Amino acid sequence: MVNKIWLGLIVIGFLFAAVKGDINTVTQAAFDGAATGVTVCFGLISVLVFWLGMMRMAEDAGLIKTISKMLGPVVSYLFPDVPKDHPAMGFILTNMSANVLGLGNAATPMGIKAMQQLQELNPHKDTASPAMCTLLALNTASITLIPTTLIAIRLNFNSANPAEIVGSTLIATGIATMAAIIADRFYRRRYSRKIPPPVTPPTITMKR
Amino acid sequence: MLEWVNLLSAWAVPVMIAFIPLYAYFKKVPVYESFVDGAKDGFNTAIGIIPNLVGMMVAISVFRASGALEFFVGLISPLFDYFRIPAEVLPLGLLRPLTGTGSLAFTTDLIKTYGPDSLIGRIASTIQGSTDTTLYVLTVYFGAVGIRNGRYALKVGLFSDIVGFFAAIAICLLLFG
Repeated sequence: MVNKIWLGLIVIGFLFAAVKGDINTVTQAAFDGAATGVTVCFGLISVLVFWLGMMRMAEDAGLIKTISKMLGPVVSYLFPDVPKDHPAMGFILTNMSANVLGLGNAATPMGIKAMQQLQELNPHKDTASPAMCTLLALNTASITLIPTTLIAIRLNFNSANPAEIVGSTLIATGIATMAAIIADRFYRRRYSRKIPPPVTPPTITMKR
Repeated sequence: MLEWVNLLSAWAVPVMIAFIPLYAYFKKVPVYESFVDGAKDGFNTAIGIIPNLVGMMVAISVFRASGALEFFVGLISPLFDYFRIPAEVLPLGLLRPLTGTGSLAFTTDLIKTYGPDSLIGRIASTIQGSTDTTLYVLTVYFGAVGIRNGRYALKVGLFSDIVGFFAAIAICLLLFG
């Protein structure tokens, strides 16, 4: 998928430039884009070095555990079919807490461990269980407190107030997560009715 | 209400900067050493994404400079103009669920072209920051345990992406519009 998008952007760009008779822009734009990519990454160094240092302190202080405790009731509501003392619960909580703190590097391994534990509970090994779908829904929406990378990029392009998007991002991510939870609940109910395939009697259409 | 959101934006980062070291200190963490230890990862993370970001920036830069982007945005802009939504952000909404670095590169491109403090720059930042790459999450998580039938997970992920996209636009129009 990514391969096709990437190739498509370049080829379509090339064709447009060729048709317009302005082929030099392709060379110019390619090197310009490469330069921007490197500049932005260098701009990210300062913020990421600082923020990951902060987050290591948070981790060492057990902040992930503290957030996990706060999220506990929410998570047991969202995963009704996972027993409370099952190891999957611990991994789910750690995964969500790491997401909230924006620790992608810590969130993904924990999420995968949670999936492995959920797989033990899963009766159909090649089909996702409802709990797995809920975990996925939460991770694709991913609530993050501080969008560090975006603040860094805005800083890089001389924003007057790089952090002004924290509030708007938090609201948008909150709404997206609510939508994910509601949609997940909706489908969970629909599919749980479907799973023992209801025997629908053949409908007889009467001609009048 | 809107004032509260701006207050939140202003206070979130400073509060965390003060709170985390203080909290860690009370939990008997050697704060400075812990900070330096974690900070090392930041350098590698930033350097590590150079190949991805350069690749995506090149493709998007060519696509924009050739006039192709302008052409496609022009096709959809009448519909978006009607709702006072800048059509320039639509490609970002399409890229966001599919590729993380691709959409990051497109956000960067929008911020570079229109400026970080323009409405487009703010909307792009909010969209990019508010959801994760659905396709990537699905592939990694299901792939790790050999799930082939993801059932409704993709539908839920994409639905939340669409809601998040329009929520981001609506909030930015309210806050900064």
